[in-house]
Amino acid sequence: MTTSHTVALFVTCLVDLFRPSAAFAAVKLLQDAGCTVSVPQAQTCCGQPAYNSGDKKNASALAAQTIRSLMDYDYVVVPGGSCAAMIKHHYPELLAGDAALAGAARALAGKTHELTQFLHEVMHYKPAVSGGEKITYLDSCSGLRELTIKDQPRAMLGSRIVENQDSETCCGFGGTFCVKYTSVSTAMADKKLDRLAATGAVLVAGGDLGCLMHLAGRAARRDMKLQFRHVAEILAGDDQTPAIAAEEK
Amino acid sequence: MQRHPAAFNANAAEALLDADLQAALGAAEAGFGVKRRKAIQGLPEFEALCDQAAAIKDHVLDHLDVYLQRFEAQVFAAGGMVHWCEDAQQAREVILKICRSVNAKTVTKGKSMVAEEVGLNPFLEAHNIRPIETDLGEYIIQLAEEPPSHIIGPALHKTKDQVSDLFHAHHAPLGFTERQSSGEALVGEARAILRQKYLVADVGVTGANFLIAETGSTVIVTNEGNGDMTQIFPRVHIVIASIEKIVPTLEDAATLLRVLARSATGQEMSVYTTFSTGPKRRGDADGPEQFHVVLLDNGRSAMLGGAQRDMLRCIRCGACMNNCPVYMAAGGHAYGATYMGPMGAVLTPNLEGVKRAQALPFASTFCGKCETVCPVRIPLPKLMRELRSAAHMARLTPARERLWLALWSWVAQRPELYHRLGGAGMRILAMLARGKGRFGWLPLAGGWTGTRDFPAPQGENFMAQWARGEKDTP
Repeated sequence: MTTSHTVALFVTCLVDLFRPSAAFAAVKLLQDAGCTVSVPQAQTCCGQPAYNSGDKKNASALAAQTIRSLMDYDYVVVPGGSCAAMIKHHYPELLAGDAALAGAARALAGKTHELTQFLHEVMHYKPAVSGGEKITYLDSCSGLRELTIKDQPRAMLGSRIVENQDSETCCGFGGTFCVKYTSVSTAMADKKLDRLAATGAVLVAGGDLGCLMHLAGRAARRDMKLQFRHVAEILAGDDQTPAIAAEEK
Repeated sequence: MQRHPAAFNANAAEALLDADLQAALGAAEAGFGVKRRKAIQGLPEFEALCDQAAAIKDHVLDHLDVYLQRFEAQVFAAGGMVHWCEDAQQAREVILKICRSVNAKTVTKGKSMVAEEVGLNPFLEAHNIRPIETDLGEYIIQLAEEPPSHIIGPALHKTKDQVSDLFHAHHAPLGFTERQSSGEALVGEARAILRQKYLVADVGVTGANFLIAETGSTVIVTNEGNGDMTQIFPRVHIVIASIEKIVPTLEDAATLLRVLARSATGQEMSVYTTFSTGPKRRGDADGPEQFHVVLLDNGRSAMLGGAQRDMLRCIRCGACMNNCPVYMAAGGHAYGATYMGPMGAVLTPNLEGVKRAQALPFASTFCGKCETVCPVRIPLPKLMRELRSAAHMARLTPARERLWLALWSWVAQRPELYHRLGGAGMRILAMLARGKGRFGWLPLAGGWTGTRDFPAPQGENFMAQWARGEKDTP
């Protein structure tokens, strides 16, 4: 890449609040890939919780706010598949009847990418992931099915990847589903955790913090030794920050 | 298990503690998944066929009135009768009237979810007519006095050992005193008993997978041949089907059949695909003397013009539930309704009302697997989201959830306040976690911490750190 792209990082609410290290890692990766990174301050939540709870009014208001805060950049990059899918697929649908914003929603959708997809497919960036312990990848459903994110993170993580069985089966997070339908959510988490543990890898990488927090929390409750990290941290070489839900060293 | 959609959560919790049910579901999940994948791998044009199948159904829905009338005319021309029923009660009464007209004492039944939908069996029993289910799965659950837990595998929730116990308890008094445990022997026993029933039944009731407008034919697919005997031996054959089962031509039915069995059981075709056109004609060796089609609306025509219309493309293959991790954890009875899984979570609120069934469209992680396996391209998560919206707008969702959502949305629409509150809140939480990285318990977070630790934030939120220019500290 010869020209520098101006990239707006849409941090996502969970990464902003719970895991700033993943955002810093994303910034580092984007800069290493040759991008100029901005973090628009008017961003908050993409509105997905409202949208999936049936509250279109608040979802539309948050979509409008997010569009306005991100529209002036070459690209928008999101370290989370479900939030990226919200912007790419659901904003245009949600705002289709809004004469003032429908066009902007479509334009934003066109330049928004999930982080690993952007690094791999747009920037053709290959981070220098050092050799080390095995990693298994946690596919998140929105990214997987709405954005076809599967090969990109694996390609970048390289030979450290070991595959887990039924990797395309949901982990049971599902946003508010995980607190509304706790027993089913937990049963799904347990199935997923058993598949992840069966790989022999200790480190689990994923692109969606919600799924990672849900599984890390359940794994901790079960005293499993699995460790969960956002894929950006691993790609950026951050192995110092404690894993999700792990004790400080 | 309570038979009400509002009880989904409690039902699911109960289901997860039922070891037999979990074993049955585990076996079903593994079997269905592999078989469907293999069947599709053997047919490179499968996805194109699915597009065609969806287009056929869309075309029918655009011209439903035309095709229904053509179907009626063709049934009539073949010597049969069509009975239009607006709701379940009308359908039950029409069927009762036909049964009474021939003094029916017993009715054999092929598998029909629409018959379940209208509650036919208890109604006939209440009027001293004995319905006898002839599909093996239906027969099992009729003995167990349970509703179907799956639209194509009604007894999917039962293990072989449970069936063995059930058969032994019910069949020993009939002379089958030896307890059977192998699948083959159990099937043999059921077959021996059912064979006698076909011959004494006065009326046979079947469902229909498709109704063909150009010929007035009804189509059923089975793997046991029970449907054929149900509709050929008795004097009267009643087909009960909902209006969206119509397809224009035999050719269209063939296209749909090619995706149906592959999606459902992973077979290329079901073992028996049977077309019925009118009663026995002069010179026919067999067949019923009367042929009736009970056409049920029961809320479907109201879906035609609205946001839920795509659901009417459903061909009842069951692929959505076979591939649903929520269904495979909770089982079909947890949904507390005739239809279950993703298709049930959409159809039930449409048929029974959003008020009664609002819990079901929320009982999904929106993982989207159902949509990818649906052979008629029904956007199930989207339809569920629309129903969530209807529930939210009608204020049917729990007040506490709406309050949290409103609060979150209100703050999130004020970025400065949001970042200040978020920053302060996360700092406090991080302090309280004291380096342990997680909480075993948090106030107001019981839905999470009941079964999971809650990961602690790292400290100050990212936006605040970024704003202060701490861009370089990873």
